[in-house]
Amino acid sequence: MSTVSTEVVKTYSDYGRPLWRRILFTREMAIVVLLIVVLVVASIQLPRFATAITVTNLLLDVTPILLISLTMAPVMITGDIDLSVGSMVGLSSVVVGLLTHSGWSIPSAGLVAILVGAVGGMVNGLLVTRFGLPALAVTIGTLALYRGMAIGLLGTTAITGFDRTWTQLAKSKIGDTGIPSVMILFLILLAIFVVLLHFTSFGRGVYAIGLSKDAAAFSGIHVARTRVILFILSGAMSALAGVFYTLRFTTARGDNATGLELAVIAAVVLGGVSVFGGRGALHGVVAGVLLIGALSNALRLAGVTSDVINIITGVLLVLSVIAGSLMQWIQSRRVRPVTTTASA
Amino acid sequence: MDNPQSTPVLELVGVSKSFGSVVALRTADLALHGGSIHALVGENGAGKSTLVKIMAGLYHRDSGTMDIDGHVVNFKTTAEAKAAGIAVIYQEPTLFPDLSVTENVFMGRQPLGKFRRIDRAAMRAEVVRLLAGLGVRIDPDRPADGLSIADQQIIEIAKAISLDARVLIMDEPTAALSGVEVERLFAVARSLRDQGRALLFISHRFDEVFDLCDTITVMRDGSYISTSPIATTSVAEIVRLMVGREVTTLFPKTVVPIGEPVLEVTSLTRPGVFSDVSFSVRAGEIVALAGLVGAGRSEVARAIFGVDPYTSGAVTVHGKRLPAHSTTAAMSAGIALVPEDRRRQGLVMNSTVSTNVTDAVRRNIDKLGFISKRQENAFAQSWARKLEVKTAALDSTAGTLSGGNQQKVVLAKWLASSPKVLIIDEPTRGIDVGTKAEVHRMMCELAGGGMAILMISSELPEVLGMADRVLVMHEGRLTADIPRATATPETVMFAATHAPEEVA
Repeated sequence: MSTVSTEVVKTYSDYGRPLWRRILFTREMAIVVLLIVVLVVASIQLPRFATAITVTNLLLDVTPILLISLTMAPVMITGDIDLSVGSMVGLSSVVVGLLTHSGWSIPSAGLVAILVGAVGGMVNGLLVTRFGLPALAVTIGTLALYRGMAIGLLGTTAITGFDRTWTQLAKSKIGDTGIPSVMILFLILLAIFVVLLHFTSFGRGVYAIGLSKDAAAFSGIHVARTRVILFILSGAMSALAGVFYTLRFTTARGDNATGLELAVIAAVVLGGVSVFGGRGALHGVVAGVLLIGALSNALRLAGVTSDVINIITGVLLVLSVIAGSLMQWIQSRRVRPVTTTASA
Repeated sequence: MDNPQSTPVLELVGVSKSFGSVVALRTADLALHGGSIHALVGENGAGKSTLVKIMAGLYHRDSGTMDIDGHVVNFKTTAEAKAAGIAVIYQEPTLFPDLSVTENVFMGRQPLGKFRRIDRAAMRAEVVRLLAGLGVRIDPDRPADGLSIADQQIIEIAKAISLDARVLIMDEPTAALSGVEVERLFAVARSLRDQGRALLFISHRFDEVFDLCDTITVMRDGSYISTSPIATTSVAEIVRLMVGREVTTLFPKTVVPIGEPVLEVTSLTRPGVFSDVSFSVRAGEIVALAGLVGAGRSEVARAIFGVDPYTSGAVTVHGKRLPAHSTTAAMSAGIALVPEDRRRQGLVMNSTVSTNVTDAVRRNIDKLGFISKRQENAFAQSWARKLEVKTAALDSTAGTLSGGNQQKVVLAKWLASSPKVLIIDEPTRGIDVGTKAEVHRMMCELAGGGMAILMISSELPEVLGMADRVLVMHEGRLTADIPRATATPETVMFAATHAPEEVA
C-alpha cells in the first residue's frame, strides 16, 4: 500500500438517499407497482382472471420471453442487442424435432439444440467484437440466417409426436396452484443470473462496459470477452426456450416463435433496461415481462381485440420510456445543487 | 510584404475568454494584414486554439474587440465568420469521405440551375479552376475518402478561396505532412499571400515558421507577449519569450534514493505512431515524458499498459517480459495507468464513486468472484479518505464531482491496486491549483515509497519541477534524455520541436 498521509478522518456516507427512497423511487419499482395494480384490478374486475387455469396459461405463454429476457437484459446493459433470439428458438425447435424423429431422446436432443444455440450466439459475439460491427446489424443478419436454416432444414412441415412424458412435464403444474413446474427451472436460472449480474465482478464489468467501453478497457475489464460470453449465453438461452416451446406445443416447426425477439426487447425495455446500455436490473425486467403478459391476458379476457391490445401495450411502452427519461431529468436537477455545495 | 501602416484585415485587441473558473485567454492581441503570413506560436495551453476558435465563431469572447477592416464584428456562429471572409484549415480536415472532391467543396451551397436543380457541370468547372489556380492536381470527381491529409487540406483551402476568404487560419497544418507535402502547402500559402490575403500560420516547428512567415506573435499563459518581424528575431529569442516565466519552486520535490530499474521499455514500435522507443524507470524515480501534443507520448503509455498493441519491442517489469496488448497482464505485473482523458478513459462518469474506485481492483477484493455493495463501499471508503475526495456520498455519480476530485477518484482507483509502476498521463490537467499541489506532493510520497513513476506532462513547470529525468519525444521518437540538473525550459523545448538528427 502507498503512504498517503491521512490527517483528516472523514467518514463518507455510503448512500446519498435513505434506503426506502433508494428502493421505492426507481424505474424498476414503478413497473413492479404497475404490475401489482394490473393484477389486483384484473382479479376484481374479471372473475375468470384469478383462476388456476388463467395463471397456468399466462405463465406458460410468457415462459419463453421470461427465459430469454434473463440474457437479453445483460446483453442490452453492455449496449449490445440480440435480435436473433426468435430465430434461434425456431432453429432449436427444428433441431429437437429432427433429432427425436431419428430416435434421439428428448434430453440429448435438447442438449444438442442448446449447444447449437451457444454456437449461434458465439457467431454473433465474434462478428460484433472481432470486426467491430454493430450488434444491431449483425443480429438482423443472423435473424434471417438462423430462421432460414430452420426452415431450410425442415421445410414447411411440422414434426409432432414427442415423448409424452416430456410434453406433459412441460405443461405440468405444481400441485393445484396452477403454477407450471417450468417456473422452478426459471426461478433457478433467475437466481443464477441475479447473482451473476448483481453480485459478481463479472456483472460489475457488464455495467461498466455499457456506460463506457473506453473506461472499462482502461480498468482491465475484458470488454470483448464479456460481450462474447453474453452473446453465447443469449444463444443458449434462446435454444432452451426453443426446447420448451417445442414440448409445450408438441410441435417442431421452422417458423416457431417468429417475432419473439421484439416481444422480449419490449418487455426488457419496459422493465427499465436502457437501450443505450449501462442501466437496468433483473427484478424490473421480470416485472416488465409479467406486466405485458398479465395486461394482454386480462384485456383478452375482458373481450378486447388483439389489435387494441397491441395499441395499449405499445402506448404503455412509449410512456414508460418517456417517464424514465423524465425521472432521470428531474433527478439530475435535484442532485446537482446538493453535490456542488458539498464539493465546493 | 507586411505593411504595418495599412489597416489590418482582422484585428483583435484585449480578447479574453474563460470557461467557468478556468481562464483560457487573458489578453490576446493579434493583427493580421493582407499580403502577409503571420506566425502564432506558444506552448501547449498558451491559448492559441481558443483564439482561433473565437476568430472562427466557435466561441464568443468575454471581453475585448474584434474588428474586420476597422469594423467591430461579433460572430455568433461559424457561418457568420465564414461570411465575413474568415476560413480555418484544421490539422485534420473534416471532409465527407463518400462525397466527391467537387461535392465537398460546394457542400451546403451548391450552385443551382433550372428548377433549383444542382448544376453539376458548373460546380465541377469551378473546382477545376480553383485547383488549377492552386497549382495542384487532384481529380475533382474522386471521393474524398482515401485522399492524403495534405490533399484534404488543399481541398479545404480551395473551399475557402471559393468562399473568397480574405483571412486564412491554418492551425498546425503541417503536423501530419511529409516534407514534399509541406513544400506544396507553402507554395500555395505564398501564392495566396501574393493575392493579398492574410494568412495566420500556427506551428510548433520553428524552421517552418522562419521559412514561411514574415511576422511572428508569441503567446504565453493566455496572454499576448510580443509581435515582431521574423527578420529581426531568432529561434533562441522566440523560445525565451514562449517559456518566459521563472520556473517556480512550488514543487515539493524531495530527494529519495533511486533503486533498481522496475519498468524497462526496449525498441517499442508501432508504425506510424511511435518507433524505437527505449527507456527505463527505476524504483523511487519520477521520469517525465515531455513533448508536444501529438508527439506520441500517450500512445506509448497506452501500449505499455496493454490498451493498444505494438508491433515490435518489449516491455518488462522487474525483468519479466509482458505480453503485448494485455491490460490484465500489465495490471498483474504491477503497472497502473492514470489516463489522459479522465472523463472518457479514467472514469465511468455515470457510475458511482465507489464503483469507480473499485473498478480496477474488483477481482482482488471479491470473494470467489462474488462481491457485494457493502464490500465495495467499505473499500472505497478507506481510499476516498486517504485521498480526501470531496463527495456528498459514495453513491454520488462521478460526473457530479469537480475535476480535481474526479482526478482523486482515478488516483484512488489505481493506487488501490498497489502498483509498482505508476504511469500518470497529464496528472494535473484541468484541476485547480490547490489540488494540483496535493497531487504533486502525493507523487513525491509515492516515489519515496519506492514506486517507479512515469509522468506524461505538457506543462513545462510541472516537468521541470517534478522529474528526476526528462525524456522528450518528437514525432513518435525519443529525442532527448535530460537529467534533472541540466533540464531547462530551453533544452526541453528545443528537443520537443526538433527532429532527432538535429539534436544528436
